[in-house]
Amino acid sequence: MLLRKMLTENVVRLDVEGLSTPQEVIEYSGRLLADAGKTNEAYVKGMVDAYNTLGAYMVMAPGLAMPHARPDGNVKEPCISFVKLKEPVNFHHPCNDPVKIVFALGGVSDDGHIDILKSLSSLLAADHIIERLSVIDTYEELMKLIEKEVKE
Amino acid sequence: MRVVTVCGMGFGTSLMLLMSIKDVGKKYGVDVEGEATDLGSYKGRPCDFIAASSEIAKQIQADVPVVAIENLLDKAAIEEKIKPFLNK
Repeated sequence: MLLRKMLTENVVRLDVEGLSTPQEVIEYSGRLLADAGKTNEAYVKGMVDAYNTLGAYMVMAPGLAMPHARPDGNVKEPCISFVKLKEPVNFHHPCNDPVKIVFALGGVSDDGHIDILKSLSSLLAADHIIERLSVIDTYEELMKLIEKEVKE
Repeated sequence: MRVVTVCGMGFGTSLMLLMSIKDVGKKYGVDVEGEATDLGSYKGRPCDFIAASSEIAKQIQADVPVVAIENLLDKAAIEEKIKPFLNK
């Protein structure tokens, strides 16, 4: 199961505190990928730049953000991180604020990450998924939820 | 039916949206062709309509209808907005 395999413990953070701006949240979620050796620092900067130039469209549903950047050779392997914020952060989106759940995404080519997106879409299609992700307390609970809801 | 989906990079929300629209097409037995593009390259691509998240949609200028989706996980809303373009 792709999503479960990729969301290793080192790229998952629950009840993260002390982040108050979209830029801080995006950088934090991207740094997990960089620290895991899956992207370089330029990719993390690219994710923040994308927000600064393109705006909050990455807040694709109420409470959910999916930051990413162009690969531009900065991504070693397709990757994804998960961050659950303790205090929701306002991304200045007209209808989907505030953000509680973040999936940061890294693709190696324009369609090299499509399997991750499919797997993620399958999870996100589950009923009340944002609320259910918001009450997760442990890594094991996250894995169980993914196992239950991702159909591959 | 042919759709072009647009997002900032052309492979995040636009790809997810394209998958959702293809699912709607499947449900109604309509073959949906489409491609996901970024804001710099959607122009001039032949299509029946363009779909994008609401924040991207307001930056799009096109001769074809532009469908703006606020919540990309709300399949019912996506279906409702896509239905008028499903001419069998």
